[in-house]
Amino acid sequence: MFVRMSAAIAALSLLTGPALAQGAKPTDPEIAHIAYTAGVIDIAAAKQAIEKAGNKDVKAFAQDMVRDHEAVNKQALDLVKKLKVTPEDNDTSKTLSKQAADKLAELAKLKGADYDKAYVANEVAYHKAVNGALETQLIPSASNAELKSLLQTGLKIFQGHQQHAEQVAAKLK
Amino acid sequence: MHPGRYLPVMTALLFGAIAVPAHAATIQITMQDLVFAPAEISTKVGDTIEWINKDVFVHTATARNGDFDVTIAPKKTVTSVLKKAGTVEYYCRFHPNMKAVLTIAP
Repeated sequence: MFVRMSAAIAALSLLTGPALAQGAKPTDPEIAHIAYTAGVIDIAAAKQAIEKAGNKDVKAFAQDMVRDHEAVNKQALDLVKKLKVTPEDNDTSKTLSKQAADKLAELAKLKGADYDKAYVANEVAYHKAVNGALETQLIPSASNAELKSLLQTGLKIFQGHQQHAEQVAAKLK
Repeated sequence: MHPGRYLPVMTALLFGAIAVPAHAATIQITMQDLVFAPAEISTKVGDTIEWINKDVFVHTATARNGDFDVTIAPKKTVTSVLKKAGTVEYYCRFHPNMKAVLTIAP
């Protein structure tokens, strides 16, 4: 179960895998697309949680995720517009989206406390994976200074969410 | 006619006027890029804190000991008055990696 749960996480780890280790570092338009996609995925998961979660802390957490990730993505859109960069779809974004869709379908089948726990556990793991990708791959690869700075703010936000998710998970036990 | 009579009153007014602002300072703490600044600051009971949120995210300044819990909307400033002395660690409930300390003298 945990192997399937971390499907989207596996996609993120592709970033640090052999494909990119061979020197194919993502371009700024690709990085922008990956970061934006990562946000969209978390918003979709949160919207499902707002509908399905029973626990009020879990629901509140999901509302925080929608609010923050929409704010980050709005900044990202403003930045790409300003820089006249068109985000480019790429294999990492595609894999992320596909696996996130599978994850949503899997979570959709769960109910009550099982759902709450699975959602929060996935949030912890997902944010951890995104943080790893940001730190080791996306931030070092970004060439535009403003993009790099936005990714750095994104990293701090995601680290905050990871800690928040860990606190919510601890309370569910 | 009897200026001496008014002296105590005037003295009281004068000292009163000076004493009040000296007691209650206004201290600014900003939240920018998920960081409270300054991270540590010394204050006194009765001081006003101006919580200035420069981020596009909602933040809170939440005392671990429960003494205060202020929510600051994006790009807004909220003021609160310190009521209890102590060394208070506080954090943002939404982003618990944001942490800082207020030292509040009696």
